[in-house]
Amino acid sequence: MLRRTVLAATALVAAPSILRAQARGPVVGVSWSNFQEERWKTDEAAIRAAIDAARGTYLSADAQSSPAKQLTDIESLIARGVKALIVLAQDAQAVRPAVEKALNEGIAVVGYDRLIEIPQAFYLTFDNVEVGRMMARAILGARPEGNYAFIKGSSADPNANFLFQGSMEILKPHIDAGRIRNVGEAFTDGWLPANAQRNMEQMLTRNNNRIDAVVAANDGTAGGAIAALAAQGMAGSVPVSGQDADRAALNRIALGTQTVTIWKDARELGRNAGEIAVRLAGGAKLNEIPDSVSWNQGPSRAAMTAKFLRPVPITRDNLGVVIDAGWAPRTAVCQGVPAGRAPACG
Amino acid sequence: MKFSARLRELEIDPRLLGMLGALAVIWIGFDLLSAGAFLTPRNLWNLSVQTASIAVMACGMVLVIVSRNIDLSVGSLLGFTGMLIGVLQARLLPELLGLEHPATWLVAMLAAVAIGGTLGVLQGVLVAYLAIPSFIVTLGGLLIWRGAAWWVTQGQTVAPMDGRFRKLGGGIDGAIGATASWIIGAVACAAIASGLWLIRRRREKFGFHVRPVWAEALVISIACGVVLGAVAVANAYPLPMGIARRMAEAQGLAWPPGGLFIAHGLAVPVLVAIGIGIVMTIIATRTRFGRYVFSIGGNPEAAELSGVNTRRTLMLVFAVMGGLAGIAACISTARLNAATNAAGQLDELYVIAATVIGGTSLAGGSGTIAGAMLGALVMQSLQSGMVLLGVDAPLQNIVVGCVLVAAVWVDTIYRRGIR
Repeated sequence: MLRRTVLAATALVAAPSILRAQARGPVVGVSWSNFQEERWKTDEAAIRAAIDAARGTYLSADAQSSPAKQLTDIESLIARGVKALIVLAQDAQAVRPAVEKALNEGIAVVGYDRLIEIPQAFYLTFDNVEVGRMMARAILGARPEGNYAFIKGSSADPNANFLFQGSMEILKPHIDAGRIRNVGEAFTDGWLPANAQRNMEQMLTRNNNRIDAVVAANDGTAGGAIAALAAQGMAGSVPVSGQDADRAALNRIALGTQTVTIWKDARELGRNAGEIAVRLAGGAKLNEIPDSVSWNQGPSRAAMTAKFLRPVPITRDNLGVVIDAGWAPRTAVCQGVPAGRAPACG
Repeated sequence: MKFSARLRELEIDPRLLGMLGALAVIWIGFDLLSAGAFLTPRNLWNLSVQTASIAVMACGMVLVIVSRNIDLSVGSLLGFTGMLIGVLQARLLPELLGLEHPATWLVAMLAAVAIGGTLGVLQGVLVAYLAIPSFIVTLGGLLIWRGAAWWVTQGQTVAPMDGRFRKLGGGIDGAIGATASWIIGAVACAAIASGLWLIRRRREKFGFHVRPVWAEALVISIACGVVLGAVAVANAYPLPMGIARRMAEAQGLAWPPGGLFIAHGLAVPVLVAIGIGIVMTIIATRTRFGRYVFSIGGNPEAAELSGVNTRRTLMLVFAVMGGLAGIAACISTARLNAATNAAGQLDELYVIAATVIGGTSLAGGSGTIAGAMLGALVMQSLQSGMVLLGVDAPLQNIVVGCVLVAAVWVDTIYRRGIR
């Protein structure tokens, strides 16, 4: 039954791609975890462009947040004859059998943004620990001492721990020296801004508003934390971090209520993934990829080959970078911003 | 025995008393564990605002469950409506009317009720006229509206919201201040006293049983005490110093050296929720529509045979639910000052849990609005209290789940007892 569905799906989608396969380049398959977020569409366009540039063929499947569907997705991509696979894992453990099957068939696998800890697979991501470090550095620059609160990501997402680990690397010496006090930290269930807001409200209550800086794990949770700060008249005077360069967050940075967002240019990630996949499909070894490093900091310390892209911290002073890159329109970033508040908004 | 006889003369629903008792235990327990941080004006004020959106939806869910249906789509409906009015006021209206136009909040709120109500009617038609089980229709709705919320902006968060609209979510601007709070409290007390007195007069006229005078006086004074106590608590929560100072300076007042005590007062979303609770109670107990809903829940065949237009009534129940989800969307969007496509995730479960903890029977036919709102307060107290103690999210869910099951178990025992 399952196989028949897969075959039917293959037949349905394969027809046009066979025509395009005459383009001689490699066939690259991408297994997406879900399209429920704004950014993956951007990634997709960049991957596509890189594969098209190599005259290859792009195939894709969307697992719609189901680890089980992702397994069948990858099997069907293998059946459709891909030479390289880019996998955005929904569940890093559950996806292993399918990835191992692909590797056994001689198909190159690029773990995209989320770690798949199999040494034969390539790992491409932004350096999440570095993102955490950048957040901490920016907040530390704005508030070198005082009471720090930590709004962490979802406890189910390993990236949340990488981020926190990176932030702590920077802050630890200052905490030990007594300049900074950790007055509260909480995971944000499901990364939901509303949960971050409630957690922040309770932290403010517990500390009687004596919170001087907030390290929030992404822009959504930062939005929740800032709403809670605003209710105490503290928005704008307490530095808050974030990441993703959401439009709403860029606007908050221009307004001055958020201090920094770490921009991970999804187009850069997508382009690299497409190029690496094409190279690997052409027979390149993992360590022949430019700028690749060996890395073993994953949960089970496996020796991986990886490439880490450097994110860019965006503050009020360099907002122009995202606008010039076409990431967000000036009108959205500068909505309601008084003149002279941010250089990019005039 | 004498005490329980006295209690019976008060004619207060013992289940309501039980809930209030449970709430008292939870509050005092958290206060002891958190070394006095829970029962502070500030935390109680926060708690009231955090409860508002769930409480509003619980009012509608009572009617849905009483009519032997269920609505699993309210969380997604909230997300979708929130996204639409977010785009409406942050992108469309600024172009049409200009940024921060005085009518923006009203347009957005009316749109939210209209959108929520329309989607509710749509689901209601499928349930009532096409006889598709409500579990399935609204399970579909849960998926459809969540996906639709994503499509509105391709997952982008929309922020910030209109300044006046933001008052619906509480915060500094969303509190009405001390004087207005006392006025509302006094008016509420007068309404309670005269209302109960009117009911007593009417009962006497028809020769019905009335409470003894002492019981009537006790009920009135307890109710007024609760109202005025709540006002006093809200007024004991001062604005943060920085803001108080800014307000004083804006009005040209001198800043005294000891600081200035400007009270928050009652929060707008809480007033909205209480207002909706009162209106919904009147609808449920005093209108033909309300009585039809309860009679359908008690026995659908009998209701239909006695001439109740059951289909139309059911459709309207879902319409009301949708409209209330729209209002809840306003409250939660305004509170977060952003519309996100994940807003309201899992809210359907919290709303159903609040309704059921509040004594609404899943078998249909019985339930009260006040109970459901208290149920919402119990749930939110548990969650906020645990955050205050630093309990992590997974354990919070375990506790809330246990309380839900235990509450329904106690209720079942009680029902068996009166039968």
